[in-house]
Amino acid sequence: MSTLITEANLPRPDDFYQVLTDMHRALSEEQSADVNARLILLLSNHIGDQNILEEAMRIAREHIS
Amino acid sequence: MLNTYTFPEFHYARSTDQDAQTPVKHPVVVVGAGPMGLAAAIDLAQNNVPVIILDDNNTVSVGSRAVCYAKRFLDISDRLGVGQRMVDKGVTWNIGKVFLDEEQIYSFNMLPEEHHRRPGFINLQQYYMEEYYVDRLSQLDNADLRWKNKVVNVVEENDVVTLTVATPEGEYQIQADYVIACDGANSKVRAMCGLESKGQVFHDRFLIADVVMDPKNFPPERWFWFNPPFHEGQSTLLHRQADNVWRIDFDLGWDADPEEEKKPENIIPRVRAFLGKDVEFELEWASVYTFTCRRMEEFRKGRIFFAGDAAHQVSPFGARGANSGIEDTDNLVWKIKLVLEKRAPEALLDSYSTERVFAADENILNSTRSTDFITPKSKVSRVFRDAVLKLAKNYNFARPLVNSGRLSVPPILTESPLNTADSSKFTCKVVPGAPCTDGPVVRNGQNNFLLTCLGNTFNGLVFVEQRQDLTPEMLQQLATLATQDVPVKTYIVARHDMDLNLPDGVELLIDKVGAVNERLDAKSGTFYLLRPDQLVTARMRQFDQPAVVAALNKALGN
Repeated sequence: MSTLITEANLPRPDDFYQVLTDMHRALSEEQSADVNARLILLLSNHIGDQNILEEAMRIAREHIS
Repeated sequence: MLNTYTFPEFHYARSTDQDAQTPVKHPVVVVGAGPMGLAAAIDLAQNNVPVIILDDNNTVSVGSRAVCYAKRFLDISDRLGVGQRMVDKGVTWNIGKVFLDEEQIYSFNMLPEEHHRRPGFINLQQYYMEEYYVDRLSQLDNADLRWKNKVVNVVEENDVVTLTVATPEGEYQIQADYVIACDGANSKVRAMCGLESKGQVFHDRFLIADVVMDPKNFPPERWFWFNPPFHEGQSTLLHRQADNVWRIDFDLGWDADPEEEKKPENIIPRVRAFLGKDVEFELEWASVYTFTCRRMEEFRKGRIFFAGDAAHQVSPFGARGANSGIEDTDNLVWKIKLVLEKRAPEALLDSYSTERVFAADENILNSTRSTDFITPKSKVSRVFRDAVLKLAKNYNFARPLVNSGRLSVPPILTESPLNTADSSKFTCKVVPGAPCTDGPVVRNGQNNFLLTCLGNTFNGLVFVEQRQDLTPEMLQQLATLATQDVPVKTYIVARHDMDLNLPDGVELLIDKVGAVNERLDAKSGTFYLLRPDQLVTARMRQFDQPAVVAALNKALGN
């Protein structure tokens, strides 16, 4: 069973970060929320592994008690 | 009343029980002559268990409530002798379409497989279904349906249930070994037992409008709109029923005023906006409803059983109300019969609650998920929901996430204590705890369907390729199984006709098409053991008599 990668795995981290933030340029808050939701759905389908997705969701909100 | 349907009026008749000095005792009393009560009573009566049915009303369901009957409902109705009438009158459909704004984004087929006797779904107004069930019941000698008999008290004491019944001529008492409460979502029997059905109330209101119009306007399919131009921000569902009556279901939101929305002067403009100004229609019936998803903790309390809406309720998206209710009575009746006849232990009755609570939880889960998708409960849920819908237009991957109702399929009772776990490998979907599949067969030279041959008793299916696969020893063992205290009636399933000299209780079915063989992943020697409700309870790669007897004992709660 594969597990969620939490070590650095992006070959070009600065490029990735820039396109991620650029994606939201000039968007309203509503549009940003929509775009983020679509992005999550696309990536989730690409990953296609319920265990990995649940692990990512757990870590995403572990700081909120 | 309605333009397309005249409600029958059934008459109260005095029963001799009302003149008895001491309460007359009956094996089974069913409370409520709705769909589940009628199904339970027919099943009991045609299995030679005398039954009394008490109903506080004197007609069938007023207004159209349940609409969609799934294949499993029809298969069970076939066994009860009502299936063909329902299919003849109902509207058969298999295709569902989902629209967003003005575009179709998704469609599904409920029965992609051929070679089943029954379609994926039919639509039929509940009152027709009940009328056919009442007609069928009236043909059976063992059933006594008492209209205008209202149960006002229920007491279980010393292994007997005593019911106090109010009639137009005063009260009387009767007793029963077992009571099946099918008295609906607001079950009085449940309340009289001090029991509750608990769960989630949804803060949303829906308007149902049944309208009569020309069938050329829409095909017989289930159409669901998210955010349609004629009903902005909400959802709408369209379904065709018999007599050219169409069910339109509008989501109104929680703030809608039900009394206002129910007025024809408010409904008609909504329907007109939906259908277009050129489509003529007549409003047949309308209602505004809210719903809950809830269930009782246990569906059995001593000698009293709860079935259908009395035991569990779901939202209407998915047609899981009536469709799961009939699976309840289908599950219960054979158990009560065998326990009454002292051929199975009392413990068998506990499995009713175990199995049907498991099923109810699956139905509630599906129904709750559909409801949350259709009417998102938070801002972020709505963002995700809308993103799924919009992506689904152009990207296949999002389509399985679109949830306009996961339509009723029977929950597979994989965890049932009555099942025997597989000891060899099978690769088909029909696992222990699943209803047996269907398929065309030839029986005594006549075209038939497998499910039509099954039920009411335990059945075996043994698959053979060659005549010599069937040894005299094996035939002797099958004959013995058929004469046990709880008999197993076996069908030999072969791909082609064979000249066989078969003992009593063993018959040949020819699976010319091969659908049954394929759907049950059968090889020569494969054996399936089926319960009286047609559920698979055990299977093995090679018929083994002691293993079959052990599985039968397990399925009887021994």
